[in-house]
Amino acid sequence: MTALPTRKLEAWRYTDLKSLASVSFADAVPGLAPLGLPDLGVPRLIFVNGIYDAQRSTPPDFLSGFARVAEASDQPLALINAEQAHDGVTITVPDDTDAGAVLLISYAAAENPIAFHPRHRITLGMGARLTLIEIAMGQGVYWHNPVTDIALHENAKLQHYQLQNESIEAFHLATIRAKIAASAAYVSFSMVQGAKLSRAEFHPTLMGVGAVTQLNAAQLLRGQQHGDYTCVVKHDAPNCASRQVVKSVMDDHARGVFQGRIEVARAAQKTDGYQMSQALLLSDGAEMDIKPELEIFADDVKCSHGATIGALDPEQIFYLRSRGISEDQARAMLIRAFLNEALEPVSHAAARGLFEAAIDKWWAEK
Amino acid sequence: MLEIKNLTAAIEGKEILRGVDLIVPDGEIHAIMGPNGAGKSTLSYVLSGREGYEVTGGSATYNGQNILDMPPEARAAAGIFLAFQYPVELPGVGNANFIRTAVNAVRRARGEPELDAVAFLKAARAELKKLSMPDDMLKRNVNVGFSGGEKKRNEVLQMALLQPGLAILDETDSGLDIDALKIVAEGVNALRSSKFSALVITHYQRLLDHIVPDRVHVLSSGRIVRSGGPELALELEAHGYAGQAAAGQEAA
Repeated sequence: MTALPTRKLEAWRYTDLKSLASVSFADAVPGLAPLGLPDLGVPRLIFVNGIYDAQRSTPPDFLSGFARVAEASDQPLALINAEQAHDGVTITVPDDTDAGAVLLISYAAAENPIAFHPRHRITLGMGARLTLIEIAMGQGVYWHNPVTDIALHENAKLQHYQLQNESIEAFHLATIRAKIAASAAYVSFSMVQGAKLSRAEFHPTLMGVGAVTQLNAAQLLRGQQHGDYTCVVKHDAPNCASRQVVKSVMDDHARGVFQGRIEVARAAQKTDGYQMSQALLLSDGAEMDIKPELEIFADDVKCSHGATIGALDPEQIFYLRSRGISEDQARAMLIRAFLNEALEPVSHAAARGLFEAAIDKWWAEK
Repeated sequence: MLEIKNLTAAIEGKEILRGVDLIVPDGEIHAIMGPNGAGKSTLSYVLSGREGYEVTGGSATYNGQNILDMPPEARAAAGIFLAFQYPVELPGVGNANFIRTAVNAVRRARGEPELDAVAFLKAARAELKKLSMPDDMLKRNVNVGFSGGEKKRNEVLQMALLQPGLAILDETDSGLDIDALKIVAEGVNALRSSKFSALVITHYQRLLDHIVPDRVHVLSSGRIVRSGGPELALELEAHGYAGQAAAGQEAA
């Protein structure tokens, strides 16, 4: 197996996989999905321990089976995934087709630590549309290492919403790569609440004129959790736009990482890049590491980035309390308000409800 | 009834209130005037329970309840409302959601049924009309991008909907033009009843032309040094605050 990356690699400076390396994982065994998994009233694909559960799933159109593909990158986790993958979803939406919404649930639970490496492929033909909603959840110790390869042809639009709510003992290391053709749009919102250690790595490449990506995220972590949201946005064509709003709320001794890199190639004139990362630290022991990077080779571009780290404002809390709102509810309202901007791209009503319920639950469980 | 006895309070060890005695009976509006640094805002914050203000002695009760031990939200539920000198902006929090949450929190605490969204909007729109505020004021984020006058009117809107028994208006006139001042004053006057009282804190007399107080008190160096009828405000306007402290010392 390809070796795990270490902190000696610049891309892994803030996330140490030693705790993952110290666990010995068995291959995944089939398991039973519990009753009452989330149901959003749309076609639903269920994976248990990384294995497709045909009985419980209500497959969407345009679904085909898993196909092994050679890994072209040198990304360690994608290489490991390529070596180990034996299941995954392939959805290919034909040209000019609106495939609606699909829910993909990964549930994991086993007596002993297991590892699974699903490989998903989402392809949208010209002018095609799809909303993909993913939920990752489970119990106990496991390592979930999914790779999702996305190809969007001209004018296609994928709305990709992810709720990472893995077991508090789990490791979640996801790689999402998107090739975005001219005038196509990749809109992503990712909410991170679970796992002992997690990293979501996004690699969207704007390949054609007028391609657009929105990469938003919200990390809500507490206890000893470590969450890493890393993006490398490549602008390879002119007149493309990328937008990122990443909000992190860290409590207790949680540690959050945001690495955001925007690479603008020489050909990518008139690039419009925007990146904002904001963190709220709710306790003295919480930590946030933010590393924005811009690498610009074109000379006519607009790229901006910003980062803030702060605490809840006592003036705002007092203002709310002076109106009769309890301190707990005041904090909840301010955190909710803080997250609002990141949630903006979630236009799908059921997905929106899913995330809002997840935020409320996170706060109620403190 | 608000009853303050020999109240002393400090910020970061520095004594600001040095023995305030004040009684505001139900149905009355009292004005507190005084020079900058007299402790006017400190008094309003101590009464509303802001953190960082240490009560070092004395007492303050409202309707017989010791309010100084209560968290700010319990004081609000008991009927105390502070109109802020500088209303706080809450980006990302919708004004309607904020006010409805507050109204229902207070109603719950008072054992009254909560208002649903429709009933709330109806009540809020009626008050907006009285305050010459456009309906879209409810859709905007709380105080974000509001002009000074809009912020103060938004305070009065909240006050009207929360229906307090005691309103503390902290320099509500600051930054208001005369039209906004009149609207704000009308909002306060509309609440006047035998069960409503108010403490109007102001540096200038002009607000008191529109909210006519039953009593005027002069706060200087952390004490009430003089009290009188509405005519006292006119006297202060004419002669200034100089000499008030000394006069108060002699009287005490």
